[in-house]
Amino acid sequence: MSEATMTYEKPLPVLDPESTPFWEACREHKLKIVRCLDCGQVRFPPTSFCPHCNSAKLEWIEASGKATLFSWIVVRHPVPKDVYALDVPYVVALVTLEEGVRMPTNIVGCAPEDVTAYMPLKVLFRDVTPEITLPVFAPDRG
Amino acid sequence: MFALRDKYAIAGIGYTDFSKKSGRTVRSLASEACIKATADAGLKISDIDGIVSFNFNDSASAIAVATEVGVPQANYAVDFLAGGNGANLIILSAIAAIEAGLAKTVLCYRAMNGRSGFRLGGGRDLAAYNITQYTAPFGWITYPQAMAMWCRRHMVEYGTTSDQLGEIAVQFRKNAEHNERAMQRTPITMDDYFNSRMIVDPFHMLDICLETDGACAVLVTTAERAKDMKHKPVHVMGGAYGGGPNQGEDLFDAMRWPDHSHNYAKYIAADLWKSAGIGPKDIDLAQIYDCFTYSIIMQLEGLGFCDPGEGGPFVQGGRIAPDGELPLNTAGGLLSEGYIHGLNHVVEAVQQLRGDAGVRQVPDVETCLTTAGAMTCGSALVLRN
Ligand SMILES: [Zn+2]
Repeated sequence: MSEATMTYEKPLPVLDPESTPFWEACREHKLKIVRCLDCGQVRFPPTSFCPHCNSAKLEWIEASGKATLFSWIVVRHPVPKDVYALDVPYVVALVTLEEGVRMPTNIVGCAPEDVTAYMPLKVLFRDVTPEITLPVFAPDRG
Repeated sequence: MFALRDKYAIAGIGYTDFSKKSGRTVRSLASEACIKATADAGLKISDIDGIVSFNFNDSASAIAVATEVGVPQANYAVDFLAGGNGANLIILSAIAAIEAGLAKTVLCYRAMNGRSGFRLGGGRDLAAYNITQYTAPFGWITYPQAMAMWCRRHMVEYGTTSDQLGEIAVQFRKNAEHNERAMQRTPITMDDYFNSRMIVDPFHMLDICLETDGACAVLVTTAERAKDMKHKPVHVMGGAYGGGPNQGEDLFDAMRWPDHSHNYAKYIAADLWKSAGIGPKDIDLAQIYDCFTYSIIMQLEGLGFCDPGEGGPFVQGGRIAPDGELPLNTAGGLLSEGYIHGLNHVVEAVQQLRGDAGVRQVPDVETCLTTAGAMTCGSALVLRN
């Protein structure tokens, strides 16, 4: 375990066979989602079977990284307290990617009170440990 | 669709003290509620042959409680892994079991040390496995944080305001003043609401229900058998359990849900009313699942008490007060009475329909709705006396 991992106390994703390509792409600063090879529908989170046609044939495509804000919260009371005390207030959001799927994330580069519904966003990547990079979103000012 | 209108009844209710620190095992709380519900029906534990509960891995199992209270033969002892959606589900499941001949007289309970033990509001495991790997790493961990996302979406879509949410909190606290069971009986004002700490915007502290130690139980049997028991039976006219498409992997996960401006209620409404043979206008009072203030608004809309987007204005102006057009959560609700995961709503419904609610009694009550659930999945019952 690296030193950075030991000092990072927030939850980290535990990779599984379905999610590994997603998190590996994030580490390379690429946002990838699954597309069904039979019906062409995209989906997130990644699953083995397409909910539209049940095909197991899939490919990983790179998303444009553009999104709009679907909903958001501003966390002001940290839970667990010791882990998030220095982060509050922070914004958690559900964003709708240009490709049509929704994804949880953080909004950065914007004061919580300036966050508005449907605002255009673009992905940024935060390397939180040597192994894990989180995709976060910031206002897309063009 | 539920097709057993008026064939089954709730014949007994039981509950423990609601507190912040029971100092007891969850099993003992469950057993106390079950013993009381059995006695309330005028029965003995030896009459019980089924026992059903729901939990979040935070409770005592049905067989553990059956063992403690001495059920001689537990033919239908079942635990559902469920959240708020479970409170009416266990009653429907008891009815299904009796109809199938698996049991005759079934106890349904929920027991928890929700404050002193496993706190639902306190967050989840920080190891982000499975679906949680896409949520927890962003600091999206607790149920208030999960549900605030729904509330915000309703505000975005329909312009719902904190004033409307606050009105719900203030009214339910007022109802709790007259309830000796309630954990919070001190009146609050709109100023108190707005001055309460912002936990996760848009939720103030007073938008969030009370973590509670305690247990409730109800006894379910056929209406025919209930007729000869101690109290006037409370009949199950109709019921429904379910939700829409893309309910996700657990209660927290709703990222694929069609739109967070509506919840499960919209999807069960048609079956619920058809099964009961009556509609929203025929409901005298309702006990609606209020883990958070906003969930009242979404369920009122989803179940057809008002149009989508009208739930905010609906709760204003005294309409939901005990003397209003649709009295809601007459015991104070999960927000002020306590949070026994929604089963306390059924206890209050039974007391009101029996005419046993004392100073809280709403006059001339014949029908009462109970609901359970706030997100993608839920359950509801239409009860009558
Ligand atoms: Zn497909």
